[in-house]
Amino acid sequence: MPRELVNLLSNLKEPESIDYVEKSLGRGVDPLQLLEQAREGMKIVGEKYADEKYFIPDLIFSGEILKGVVDKLKPHLKKKEETSPLGKVVLGTVAGDIHDIGKNLVVFMLDASGFEVLDLGVDVPVEKFVNAIKETGSRVIGLSGFLTLAFQSMKQTVDAIKEAGLHDVKIMIGGGQIDERVRSFSGADAYGKDAMEAVKLVKGWIGG
Amino acid sequence: MEEKKAELSAEQKQDELFQRWLEPKDPEGNNLTFKNSGAEKLYRERITRIKDAIQLKKLPDRVPVCPLPSMFPAFYSGISLQEAMYDYDKCCAAWKKYVLDFEPDAHMGCAAPGSGKFFEILDYKLYAWPGHGVSPEHSYQCIEGEYMMADEYDELIHDPSHFFNNIYLPRVFGSLDPFKMLPFLPGILEMYGVAFNFIPYGLPPVQTALKALMEAGSEALKWAGAVGGFDGEMAALGFPQIIGGFTKAPFDTLGDTLRGTKGIMLDMYRQPDKLLQALEVITPLMIKMGVGAAKMNGKPIIFMPLHKGADGFLSDDQFKKFYWPTFRKVIVGLIEEGCVPFPAAEGGYNSRLSVIKDVPKGKTVWMFDKTDMANAKEILGNTACILGNMPLSILNLGTPDDVREYARKLIDDAAEGGGYIMANGAFFDNVKAENLKAMVDFTKEYGVYK
Repeated sequence: MPRELVNLLSNLKEPESIDYVEKSLGRGVDPLQLLEQAREGMKIVGEKYADEKYFIPDLIFSGEILKGVVDKLKPHLKKKEETSPLGKVVLGTVAGDIHDIGKNLVVFMLDASGFEVLDLGVDVPVEKFVNAIKETGSRVIGLSGFLTLAFQSMKQTVDAIKEAGLHDVKIMIGGGQIDERVRSFSGADAYGKDAMEAVKLVKGWIGG
Repeated sequence: MEEKKAELSAEQKQDELFQRWLEPKDPEGNNLTFKNSGAEKLYRERITRIKDAIQLKKLPDRVPVCPLPSMFPAFYSGISLQEAMYDYDKCCAAWKKYVLDFEPDAHMGCAAPGSGKFFEILDYKLYAWPGHGVSPEHSYQCIEGEYMMADEYDELIHDPSHFFNNIYLPRVFGSLDPFKMLPFLPGILEMYGVAFNFIPYGLPPVQTALKALMEAGSEALKWAGAVGGFDGEMAALGFPQIIGGFTKAPFDTLGDTLRGTKGIMLDMYRQPDKLLQALEVITPLMIKMGVGAAKMNGKPIIFMPLHKGADGFLSDDQFKKFYWPTFRKVIVGLIEEGCVPFPAAEGGYNSRLSVIKDVPKGKTVWMFDKTDMANAKEILGNTACILGNMPLSILNLGTPDDVREYARKLIDDAAEGGGYIMANGAFFDNVKAENLKAMVDFTKEYGVYK
């Protein structure tokens, strides 16, 4: 596989990435190959973030470049491209809390690491988490929260998941004020202090 | 008088503001009547304790303890946050109960809930609040968005007042949408054609907006009367209010509620020069905002909530290029006018300590949340007062013993030789009252300097 787009994207070269995709498509290059390069580039972005070479602005910018690349590729992709994601993860910010920056970082990093992520958004009611687990068969769920009220919402969500009999589901929590004490209070299986730890937890639970 | 002012050093100006804080006035401008001489003595002792901790010149008698609650007093008194925002008397009563029951060295006033009716009149879009997007028992929360578009930097850079009046206000207040039509004021010159500029004020939508503005003004005045009355009442009972005003780091001003997190972070790549130029334009405005409030309120401490400069948000290089230069200018600008900048660094600030050390000595107080306090003391100890770090998880879920154990370590790590104020690390809504009490009482006992 050629590496030009991998390098351009992972070095956050926006106009150059788009330009390369346009020119390649014009030359008849397989759009799937370009998409594969883009995915590889994003994986490197994720690794650089994990190594603290990249920070939030760099992640956000890479996401925008990817969006631009995918927009160019879309008309050329025949059908929805089949992927074989490592596993499904359900994520959301718990009831009462509408903060999403931290949650979005975890979504990004899990996605970049090859997991399929169902992002339920913010202020997610307890039942919505339970239903999402039932519908997707996901075995890992991530609860995000920034406010102290999230401590209670997290506990209520964990309780509801257990009451629904979903005992084989692993639950991780995270957010500004979350620590081991909150984990123990909520009954969650683990907490991660950042998006990299979330990826490690998920890998430990469902491989990849 | 003007000349005398100009000759005062930053140090003298700061002393003057502390002096005004020490000698509060009633609404008529006369010296405030304290409830009794005991209250008066306690009021001055409390401020002096905080002043000594900040100035790093004299050892305070003990570690000051200033819990910084967000909506806790409402939870503690059993009123909903909706009531706190709509019933000013209930709000004042709840906040009063908090101050009297916990006896902190300083409180933050009762302005945090704000006036629900005021926001309703203007149809505020920037926040969801109890009954308007969040449930009555939950606190208001910011609705992130792009309230300034990527291509509007020149509008802001060339004419910030026009930008705020005609572009920003119509977006964040539904009732002020017609302000988009307001005239360009520098066109009002000479004799010929002056009246043309006033046509917008005759248009029905603008007139409706102006009526809403007047109604909002009346409500704001009513609310400010309650909030100001509360501060006076607490002062008379011996409890100083710590906040003299509020301003922000320019990067957060742009990144929080103008461009939004995503917007400003993309601008760092796509239009860095415009972003840097806008940050410079905002800087003197942020200084003016803080200094103006401090002078009007007669209190030196200017609160600065920090957001996007925390560990992990920006790389070291990004912090040094985009965040710190104008943030530092605001700090120095405030200090030159006698203010004490009080930046509150939510999240971690460990990687920033050696950078932020570069500020005048004894003129700032830094609230830290997840920052390692022993390390902060070592790096900043000779330069600045540090405050906070009691984890919300302990206050919310721990026991009084957990609180005391943590507070002991905090005082041991951060309070030696002065320069530390006991407080929570981040603002809190609902925590266990006995835990908060333990934090205050333990500090008063263990924090005495011998």
